Amino acid sequence: MLSYSIKRLGLAVVIVSVAMLMLFSMIYLIPGDPAAVALGPRATEAMREALRVKMGLDQPIWVQFWNFFINAWQGDLGNEVLSDRPVATVVLEQLPYTIALILGGISWSVALGIPLGCWAAVKRGSWADRLVGVLSVAVIAVPSFVVAIYALLVFAVTLQWLPAIGAGEPGDLGDQLVHLLLPSLAVGLGWVGYIARMVRASMLEVLEAQHIRTARAFGLPDRMITYRYALTIAILPTVTLLGVGIGQMLSSAVFAEIVFARPGVGKLVYDAILTRNYPLVTGTVLVTTVIFVLLNLVADLIVGALDPRVRSRF
Amino acid sequence: MTVLAIENLNVVFATEGGDLHALRDVSFKVPEQRIVGIVGESGCGKSTLINAILGLLAENGRIASGSISFEGEDLAHLDDKAIQDLRGPRLSTVFQDPMGALNPVISVGRQMRNIQYRSDLARAEKDARSIDMLRQVRIPDAAQALKRYPHEFSGGMKQRIAIAMALMMEPALLIADEPTTALDATLEVTTIELLKDLQAEIGCSVLFISHHLGVIAELCDDVVVMYAGEVVERGSTRQVFGNPSHPYTARLLDCDPARQSERTRQLPTIPGELPDLRRRPEGCIFAARCDRRMDVCAAIPPDIEVVPGHVARCFLAESQ
Repeated sequence: MLSYSIKRLGLAVVIVSVAMLMLFSMIYLIPGDPAAVALGPRATEAMREALRVKMGLDQPIWVQFWNFFINAWQGDLGNEVLSDRPVATVVLEQLPYTIALILGGISWSVALGIPLGCWAAVKRGSWADRLVGVLSVAVIAVPSFVVAIYALLVFAVTLQWLPAIGAGEPGDLGDQLVHLLLPSLAVGLGWVGYIARMVRASMLEVLEAQHIRTARAFGLPDRMITYRYALTIAILPTVTLLGVGIGQMLSSAVFAEIVFARPGVGKLVYDAILTRNYPLVTGTVLVTTVIFVLLNLVADLIVGALDPRVRSRF
Repeated sequence: MTVLAIENLNVVFATEGGDLHALRDVSFKVPEQRIVGIVGESGCGKSTLINAILGLLAENGRIASGSISFEGEDLAHLDDKAIQDLRGPRLSTVFQDPMGALNPVISVGRQMRNIQYRSDLARAEKDARSIDMLRQVRIPDAAQALKRYPHEFSGGMKQRIAIAMALMMEPALLIADEPTTALDATLEVTTIELLKDLQAEIGCSVLFISHHLGVIAELCDDVVVMYAGEVVERGSTRQVFGNPSHPYTARLLDCDPARQSERTRQLPTIPGELPDLRRRPEGCIFAARCDRRMDVCAAIPPDIEVVPGHVARCFLAESQ
């Protein structure tokens, strides 16, 4: 398991490095002079030249990339334009809110999706199965910002059960959790549908397997067969799917953070784009990439922990 | 004493093309401590028969009539819960495919402990029983094997583990569904010898399904020959193989590669194919492929006793 983790971690480093190269190329290819953009139209050519030298833009491209690469791995993503604070500090301040939001979304989708998918598979062909099928497609089809707005209207404005905006009092975990309920529902609701469909399909496949027949031939109780013998296998593709789904949840988080006026990386990148704060945009995208790769790594490690066959392959 | 007695068992599957009569009037007995072989080509109803006995027929299948009497209880009329209680402790099964028969994500030790879930023994005692059983099927380093997962064992070892699991329950009847078909010839011999030794030790009866005539002849006391969902001939192995009284049995023996005395490029086959069981032909089920067909074969032949204990469902048996 340890060597498996180390190998996967090595792969994660490679993926992040490639992502850095792509991000750097994109910045380089975007038309326009970063120094001119940063200084505005009234700057003189001498001022622009000075900033170019300061930003290292006069260097050959591979030197520029190398500097970017080395600095980024050391946590130096440059300074943002408006306040001149280090981008890394600004992003890391906001990051916990977004990670909490994503984990909340995953919790909703797993807590609802897995039991629903299981239930549908066990009761295949019944009204329950059909109901879960229709509901799944419905929640997959609704965009997360629509969920966010309606959740806000129904639970916060009309019923007034839950707070409408903000992330809760700092230091008050209960208050923060209450503030997390609606935004994370907006992020996770669509995934309830995906996971229910996925779990149902793989459960049906696993329940047909020879080893399930063996388990039945030994008279094991239905509960043990469904949850211990079948679900442990049926859940594996779902974990992988969730790992990939985190990317989509990160983009839903942007909407959820705007609608619920929550701090977070999504809100940060939205504001950064509106104010053309390019170093901040770059830094946020890079940090988001790292988060995506890390959570994917966690998903793979969970699959490895659940499936001895995967572990032995590494 | 008879452990299992099946009488006039009929199993029907509801399909889109109409009812499929998978088993028709199947009757045979498994006496105590005997090994009974069931032989027949693919699609003859061997698997349906096992599933009917175990109460594991697919949702569209049902026992239309007949009885499956096991230790005095009629499995055909027992409710699901009652049959489930018999599966494992009284009625154990080893399936054909050792690769897929064990759960891939649960350790062998845990699977062996789980099947003892009805027992009041402490965890350590259950594990001790598992280790003891694995030793009996000659799994090296049995204590360590409990911690390992199925993919870490070879096919032959997995099949031996499956046998250990089935026999650990000390059942009255072991159903072995082609347990050696997926193994190579050398492993087949050792596995069969192992099965025979353990059967003698535990004193259970065995219902051994195979299409390998040599294995049946080697292992079984009695043999039941099935064709297209019917028992066409049954008796002691010596009787059936020595004096095959149904043309299908005779042709099947002719086709056994082990019995070919001359070099040949083409092994003999039985011409024709299995009838469509949704539109079962009138009369004898084998008539269309039979080279000794007579006019009377348009009617369903009765089960005729050739000698006591040796029965064939063929009019020819009468003249013997």
